[in-house]
Amino acid sequence: MIWNEAKECMSRDEIESLQSARLVKVVNKVYHNVEYYRKKMQAAGVEPGDIRGVEDIDKLPFTTYEDLNATYPFGLAAVPRSELVRVHASSGTTGKPKIGVYTRRDIDIWAECVARCLSMAGITRDDIIQIGYGYGLFTGGLGAHYGAEYLGALVIPMSTGNTKKLIDMMIDCEATAIACTPSYLLHVAEDLERDGLINKIKLKTAICGAEPWTDEMRDQMESRLHIKAYDIYGLTEICGPGVACDCEYHKGLHIWEDNFLPEIIDPATLQHLPHGSSGELVITNLTKEGMPLIRYRTKDLTSLKYDKCDCGRTMARIQRFVGRSDDMLIIRGVNVFPSQVEAALLTVEGTTPHYMMIVDRIGNDDTLEVQVEVAENIFTDEVKSLEKLSLEVHNRLKTAIGLNAKVKLVEPNGLEHFDGKSKHVIDRRKLYA
Amino acid sequence: MFIKQLSVFLENKEGRLDEVLKILSSGGIDILSVSLADTSEYGVLRMIAKEPDRARTLLKDAGFTARIDEVIAVVVPDAVGSLQKVIYKLHEADINISYIYGLSIDGKGAPIAIRASEPERAAEILKRENVKTLTTEDLDNL
Repeated sequence: MIWNEAKECMSRDEIESLQSARLVKVVNKVYHNVEYYRKKMQAAGVEPGDIRGVEDIDKLPFTTYEDLNATYPFGLAAVPRSELVRVHASSGTTGKPKIGVYTRRDIDIWAECVARCLSMAGITRDDIIQIGYGYGLFTGGLGAHYGAEYLGALVIPMSTGNTKKLIDMMIDCEATAIACTPSYLLHVAEDLERDGLINKIKLKTAICGAEPWTDEMRDQMESRLHIKAYDIYGLTEICGPGVACDCEYHKGLHIWEDNFLPEIIDPATLQHLPHGSSGELVITNLTKEGMPLIRYRTKDLTSLKYDKCDCGRTMARIQRFVGRSDDMLIIRGVNVFPSQVEAALLTVEGTTPHYMMIVDRIGNDDTLEVQVEVAENIFTDEVKSLEKLSLEVHNRLKTAIGLNAKVKLVEPNGLEHFDGKSKHVIDRRKLYA
Repeated sequence: MFIKQLSVFLENKEGRLDEVLKILSSGGIDILSVSLADTSEYGVLRMIAKEPDRARTLLKDAGFTARIDEVIAVVVPDAVGSLQKVIYKLHEADINISYIYGLSIDGKGAPIAIRASEPERAAEILKRENVKTLTTEDLDNL
């Protein structure tokens, strides 16, 4: 079902003229209300008057994590503090978290975006939906929650961490939909199968996001749980989940172009690329009030398709993600940068910057092993000291990245040979296959 | 009383122990005793060898992490309860023992290596008790 046909099915001309009007407005707003943006635009030699529509997008400077870090926490807020009602955050490369701040209207628009996604997945006010994302700073829990309430569905705010209870309530409350990470849903499927409960559930639909997943995973979910599974995309900096979602034709994720202006750039030359090109996805917030980002580099590599979809929607479709232009990893739905691991290791006295992260998927669970070289300055003849060191590294990593990593002490020459996307990472999962 | 002990960090991978021993034997290092402390993922190989410093350099050059520590070498008489007597003296003085292992050196009594929490004080206590000890020279003369 199409939640907002007037918007979701606009003609290309209508979309572009709406985007142009909104772009001009938001550029004026940040220029006059955000000192940091004003200086950036001045440095780039561009004034609000130079931006007359979407065709001028490439005149504007990009926004990156470095900008968020430099202005943390509220330096990019475009409204007075009293108008802000919410903060969300996810981990940054080093330094400060990536933060997003919202006005009441931002929360409403975000909720509508999520409601459009849920509706695209066939979820209605008659559904009972479990939210299996973490509630808190992470946008997943509250974002999906507000969207599902906006839609009018009956929401069960499960959060994360208790699969047994999630399954009990799925059966008892006859939940018909679930929002969670794809790997977690497969984990739930495993438990349901193990306990012979598959025919006790009433689940019809899953809307999964927060990490990339493959068609094979969709096939597994759909055949094992007898459901339909949909992919939802988003990022904290832009608003959270609900930026884009896939429809029943699974031909890419429809991005809500009336709120988010997508473009593709060449991550090496930073050139804006014509429609249909492959490169890095860049998004401009067209309607956000609290902290609108201009040309935010998502670092996600993909392409956009603009032809009308069989579902009737005209909103551009983000094609399969083929990777990242930075070294961010998504492990159990958590964004992890090797630099965070490195920074955590450096807080443990004596540990060298020689480390390797081995990411794998065992069954349906992501695993992270951090291999730390035992150099002379940390080696002792006493095993208890080495064990203490492992534990300390484990605890520091837990604090820094929020994941329980397996720490493995290795011989110093063991880490010289590597392949993978960075010299400190071996990712054995096939997420972008 | 103190002898030098060579320790090497070993991953639990096939052939690592052999690799260490090969390096030492081709370097002409005479190993007098070995003890391996193992965990599920790695081990610490401890050795009493002649020319320990040279042995360490050989291993280091081959990319291994190795170190030298001093351990106490005592000769426990061949009599029931004599090991306990030695240990008791240290326990009584609140000295912890990290590990202990037998030295395969011929002669009267059973030589052992002890890694104690306060090596100097432990050594004094044992000296006071007239426990027979070994020195680096004793080992060199073997």
